[in-house]
Amino acid sequence: MVRFLARRLVFCAVLVVIAASGALLLTRLAPGDLTTNLGPLATARQIADARARFSLDRSIAAQLGDWAASAVRFDFGESFLYQRPVAPLVLQAAGNTAVLAIVALALATIAGIGLGIVTGSRRGVLAGLIRTGSMAAVSLPSLLTSLALLFVAARTGWFPVGGMSSIDAALSGQRWADIASHLPLPAIALALPVAAAFERLQSAALAEQIHQPFVLAAAARGVPARRLVLRHAWPASVKAVTAVYGLAVGSLLSGSFAVEFVTAWPGLGRLTYEALRARDIYLVAGCAAVGAAVLSLGMLLGDVLLALSDPRVRDAR
Amino acid sequence: MNGRMDAMRRAGAVMLTFLVVSAIAAPWLAPNDPEQRFGDLMYAPPTRIHIWRDGIAPPFIYPQRVVSRIERRFDEDRLHPATLAWFTDGRLVSGGDAPLLLLGADSYGRDVFSRVLYGGRISLTLALAAAMCAVFLGAVLGGFAGYAGGWLDGAISRSSELLLVLPTMYVVLTLRAMLPMVLAASTVFALLTAIFAALGWPIVARGTRAIVLAEREREYVEAARAVGASPARLLLRHLLPATSGFLATQMTLLVPAFVLAEATLSYVGFGFPPTTATWGTMLLDAANVSLVADLPWLLAPAAAIFLTVLAINLLVQATGRPPVQLEG
Repeated sequence: MVRFLARRLVFCAVLVVIAASGALLLTRLAPGDLTTNLGPLATARQIADARARFSLDRSIAAQLGDWAASAVRFDFGESFLYQRPVAPLVLQAAGNTAVLAIVALALATIAGIGLGIVTGSRRGVLAGLIRTGSMAAVSLPSLLTSLALLFVAARTGWFPVGGMSSIDAALSGQRWADIASHLPLPAIALALPVAAAFERLQSAALAEQIHQPFVLAAAARGVPARRLVLRHAWPASVKAVTAVYGLAVGSLLSGSFAVEFVTAWPGLGRLTYEALRARDIYLVAGCAAVGAAVLSLGMLLGDVLLALSDPRVRDAR
Repeated sequence: MNGRMDAMRRAGAVMLTFLVVSAIAAPWLAPNDPEQRFGDLMYAPPTRIHIWRDGIAPPFIYPQRVVSRIERRFDEDRLHPATLAWFTDGRLVSGGDAPLLLLGADSYGRDVFSRVLYGGRISLTLALAAAMCAVFLGAVLGGFAGYAGGWLDGAISRSSELLLVLPTMYVVLTLRAMLPMVLAASTVFALLTAIFAALGWPIVARGTRAIVLAEREREYVEAARAVGASPARLLLRHLLPATSGFLATQMTLLVPAFVLAEATLSYVGFGFPPTTATWGTMLLDAANVSLVADLPWLLAPAAAIFLTVLAINLLVQATGRPPVQLEG
């Protein structure tokens, strides 16, 4: 287990380094640089100053080296767009994305596993309805769910439309309640396709386990149906879901980009987009580094969960 | 169980055929030119088709008139009914003397229905082309990795693992952002095909490698080797054909992922130029929330994307593989 964890951590570190330096290199190699943001009226001198400030006048290798040297001291340089250090900017954005992703993952897990147990162990109208619904939801990527939910919200007024907080609530001091009221829309939009995927996996795995001899044996001993499903068949089947947790974190990050964009949630996706658009070189690199770190954490979490739910994995490593 | 599977597969096949045919036949099915702007009819609602005028009449429409531009209110000009023209000007049906807007008009007064049809041509062709490239690349690389082994296998396997863990959308975005923002539609098409293929191959390569590794030890391969088949012949004639079923499934699964990637990119302004009709660029109009609440027809391209993904999921689920695509 220790060796496995160590190998995982090394892989994560490599991922962060590759993502960040790759982003820096690509931004540097791209045509145009952040001085185009100064507009057509900028003087040659202003442009030269900006280029010097962001080391764009030096060789790529020198810039990358300097950046890496300060990055290990958690100094990620300065953002041109915001005229502020990159580190607090990306950390705040990553925090917002993490809140969104964690809530979505929790929702998807509860709904997906719960409904999957129903459809995997029963027939009838209810199970059929859930199955149809999840078949549709699995075909609704988060770009579409967020657009659809936004449409519903705008029509019914059930949720605040877009953003993470509203100005009047921030002034009246109810910041957390306000954020909590803005959270459901993007979180559900992000969770829906993942929940549906979890439901399908759980349902298929449970249906398979129910026909195993050990479940039949328990049934023969007179174990009631409910207990048979929940205590005997389900624990053996849940690893079908935990096995894809690491993947799910990746797809939540991918999906959160569209959700953040559509619902104006101020997370990492939006920040990365703005940074890329403006060729804000250190901000791009910072976003990539933090994004890779979040992804790594998620994958580690997935591994831990898999080990917890599958004794064979736990003992093999 | 089997009956349901069959029904699902049939439903998926029908939907997919419907989508593909309507994209191919777009110039004939579309009542209007997708670029034509009806200047007065920005955000006009769908045209109502009437069949009653002092008794049953052939289907006709009334031209729409602006009542209030600010409130986006329109009414029908009852004095000038226009009978629908069938099979004229190479179109199935058109409005005759008045614009026939089956799904309303967008922010420039263009016909949403016609644009959805034309948009499907680009969105679906791009996805299909990219999926073909990705599968080709994945089959070749995976085949080499599985057959040759050694450092080549190591290099290909490691890089595919790395690409698989990265969140696809961010990589696509970064790669796209590295080129000038404003490009011609044909350049964007080629560029997106290349980017999607570069990100889609790893999952194909991994499966191909596993199959080739297993097949390599089989008797028929040994027999071929014994009679002196060259490695290239072994790989192309004997090993890769064994992967064809897998490759077909992978290609089917990549298409919806790429349709969606195009939509997301165009939606954020990194895809096709907004004048080109694709399902993604059309969603740009849906970005304005307060507007969409009153004008649901602007979500028509989203419905088209949903139908595409659903059709393929139904088709693939029915062939026994779960429709679980967590990536993309």
